[in-house]
Amino acid sequence: MSVGGGGHTGFGLGQLGVMASWLKPRPGAEGHKRRRGSLVAWVVLIAGVVYFMVPLVATLLFSLRPTPTTLAYTNVLNDPKFSGSLLYSFIVAVITIVVSLAIIVPTAFWVRLKVPHLRTAVEFVTLMPFIIPAVILVFGIIRVYSAKPFVFTRTEFGSDALLVAAYVVLSFPYMYRAVDTGLAAIDVRSLTEAAQSLGAGWPRIILRVILPNLRTALLSGAFLTFAIVIGEYTIASFLARNNQFGVYLSLLGQNKAFEPAAVSLISFGLTWLAMIVIALIGRGRRDRIQITGAK
Amino acid sequence: MSFLVLTGIQKHFGTTVAVEDFNLSAERGEFVSFLGPSGCGKTTTLRMIAGFEVPTAGTIVLDGGDITYRPPNRRNVGMVFQSYALFPNMNVADNVGFGLKVRKRPPDQIRKRVRELLELVHLGDKGSRFPYQLSGGQQQRVALARALAFEPEVLLLDEPLSALDAKIRVSLRQEIRAIQRQLGITTVYVTHDQEEALSLSDRIVVMSEGRIEQIGTPFEVYNFPTTAFVASFVGTLNVLPATVIDAGAGRLSVAGQEVHIARAVEASAGSTISMALRPEMVSLGEGVEGSNRVKGTVADVSFLGSIVRMRIRLTEGVVVTLDVFNEPTLQLPALNAPVTISFPAEGPLILSSAVVVIPAAALDAEI
Amino acid sequence: MPFFLFAFAALALPLGFLVIGSFQDSDGNLTLQNFADLSTGTIPVAFMNSIEISLVTAVGGGFFGFVLAWAVIMGGLPSWIRSAVMTFSGVASNFAGVPLALAFVFTLGNLGLVTKFLMDSFGLSLRQDLGFTLYSKTGIEIVYFYFQFPLMILIIAPALDGLRREWREASENLGASAFQYWRHVALPILTPSILGTMILLFGNSFGAQATAFQLTGGTIEIATIAIGRQIRGDVLHNPGLGYAMAMGMVVVMSVVITAYTWLQRRSERWLRS
Repeated sequence: MSVGGGGHTGFGLGQLGVMASWLKPRPGAEGHKRRRGSLVAWVVLIAGVVYFMVPLVATLLFSLRPTPTTLAYTNVLNDPKFSGSLLYSFIVAVITIVVSLAIIVPTAFWVRLKVPHLRTAVEFVTLMPFIIPAVILVFGIIRVYSAKPFVFTRTEFGSDALLVAAYVVLSFPYMYRAVDTGLAAIDVRSLTEAAQSLGAGWPRIILRVILPNLRTALLSGAFLTFAIVIGEYTIASFLARNNQFGVYLSLLGQNKAFEPAAVSLISFGLTWLAMIVIALIGRGRRDRIQITGAK
Repeated sequence: MSFLVLTGIQKHFGTTVAVEDFNLSAERGEFVSFLGPSGCGKTTTLRMIAGFEVPTAGTIVLDGGDITYRPPNRRNVGMVFQSYALFPNMNVADNVGFGLKVRKRPPDQIRKRVRELLELVHLGDKGSRFPYQLSGGQQQRVALARALAFEPEVLLLDEPLSALDAKIRVSLRQEIRAIQRQLGITTVYVTHDQEEALSLSDRIVVMSEGRIEQIGTPFEVYNFPTTAFVASFVGTLNVLPATVIDAGAGRLSVAGQEVHIARAVEASAGSTISMALRPEMVSLGEGVEGSNRVKGTVADVSFLGSIVRMRIRLTEGVVVTLDVFNEPTLQLPALNAPVTISFPAEGPLILSSAVVVIPAAALDAEI
Repeated sequence: MPFFLFAFAALALPLGFLVIGSFQDSDGNLTLQNFADLSTGTIPVAFMNSIEISLVTAVGGGFFGFVLAWAVIMGGLPSWIRSAVMTFSGVASNFAGVPLALAFVFTLGNLGLVTKFLMDSFGLSLRQDLGFTLYSKTGIEIVYFYFQFPLMILIIAPALDGLRREWREASENLGASAFQYWRHVALPILTPSILGTMILLFGNSFGAQATAFQLTGGTIEIATIAIGRQIRGDVLHNPGLGYAMAMGMVVVMSVVITAYTWLQRRSERWLRS
């Protein structure tokens, strides 16, 4: 159930839940009876904060150890491998997102509108990454595609392609869930029928009517995928994609002392950024999705 | 001897005043309704009796004991919520018996009492069902049974029927009243449906914007409203602008036609006041000797089942609604036909012109 | 339906390969020997370790995560704390893998911040006096909590929100104390969700690899690392065995998912009223 090693599923699953609640209209916050600042609650909170903050602080301090204090950071930022791997991962992420969208959006659309009985089958497939840990997936992929007749692993390009393919699979649950929720929220059936009665053909319907209204869902899914791809390690390392960010970080950790701390924090900061962007998108666009709500 | 007394109750939420100067004395066994539109403070007041809100000022005394600040789980009141609030993880029997279980009654006593109550609400065979397996009406009856199980001193109901279908609402409310009478339990019932309040209550408290407008029996509140709000909220009402011709003799001019009412008017000649008329006061035709007669044209005829509702235009902007009992031999006038309608001199109410300002456009609509 | 085509190529095919391969030996003949071999060598230990770690982090993570979620949502704390914790949980649950392992090395490792603090301030050595080292099963568990807690919080939060206010009021009205409310109403309602999420946490932990690998370099045997070794072809060239191990994992995960789905259905049924 892990995506790229330990806990990426956590991110995704949690995000799925939070995303769903953003994309769907929220049941009016009823407000729980506030017992004025229960002592237990404060204690628990502080304990939690300590547990979560200390390692981060430690990392920060470590990264500032060398003299001058920002040496680690400058080393990292000047290291061509850093920017190289970041760029590589970024490109891989973008390609993954595009491919994933191209596959998922029409599929989700069709399932909703035309073939609802295939729904369980599709959902089952999209949940596969949760059942098959990353190790196993990459294991299978390597076995299948390194032997005849698919000798992909021999070539750089082939391996890259495999990486993208694996990541696309990994992104399925989140993309599908996001798109599906988005479609549900905009009552896609009515929109499509309205467009059809006005004379629009399929391409126009998808491009002009559906996609624009799915913007929030698409962006959420995209950012999730982005975060996952950047941080992923397992698949990339087994496919010997040393240029991938996660692998780069691991190698760095084995060789250097202070630089990994700096990189860790940088990647942590990047994830924060992605999360905040997702939150802002979700918050700002929430009302827009309700335009067709004739409930 | 008053059983439930609320004195000077006030509730402020920050700067908003939800309830202002609420006073009520309810007798033991009395059925009192709080009636008013959304946001008038009726639910807030009920929740203060239950203990879920604490009054900003004032006291609540139950059977001689001050319960104003007592926590909700130590009062002896039973509450039926609008959304039923049945515990989904327990079956019907456990739900009903919960209050007794918490009071540590022996299990067989609980069982017996649960059976009693389920019989009372006609759900005797549903004890092992779960809430999600029941219909709305059934769930509400379970909620009622649950609230009564531990023999509370007061029964509180917060718009219990608003989520149900019209037909079920009528039958269920009669059941509730029957049970209440049988048990003789003091009851406070919150609703925005004036028909419910009128048909169920011993007394009605009409509320608006946090204040009490009037307390009285249904008969009093309907026939002798003391404020314009009560007059228009309870039942339907025709409100017509009238010009005073002779204040002392009670002669007014409505839509250019003279009418006389049976009492003097406190207004100066030539001023405009609001004259209100219940639809059942108005009849088609000349009516008996001594009634007021007004001429107009038929604006609309609606068939409502047992009643035929007609709207008669006296002049532009002044329309009177009247109800006629339906019968197969009824001869309905055609649209725009000229008709005469009549009403007795004692019929009209005069709404204080200082209080009521009704724009001309609104007169066309039924209140 | 390009979707299914893609799924087939990228998922079904590799998976199928693994399944078939687990029934083959190095010469390609059908055999069950691979499954028998699962009980040899370090493999059972690996699986046992994985199960143990996953159990601990699932139950512990579930419990403390629940308490944290309760504190933030219903404990009477200022409301901005809730959104802050939620956002942080979203980030923290992604912090797994290499950066997380490194962060804990910096904290509790030999040269770690806390290690040195304990030594300097109290003269306590983590290793000698408290018998603790980060590079152990316990160490892995402590690190795993970092993403298990947030996961629990994120998933259980909607369930806590779903506890309708009227239930609490109804129970108070009927005379129950706060404790009785929790015992008879709230916890029973929440139990399927809590259990379900714990199961999810178990699966999450079971399949995790990168974090542990970075932390221990493969010295502690867990199932995922063992499989990793098979992929690299470290030990015997017995691909069939590797496949069988993969199968073992898939079986475990399938059980997990099934149990989770079943629990979800049950609790949804209740709350549908």
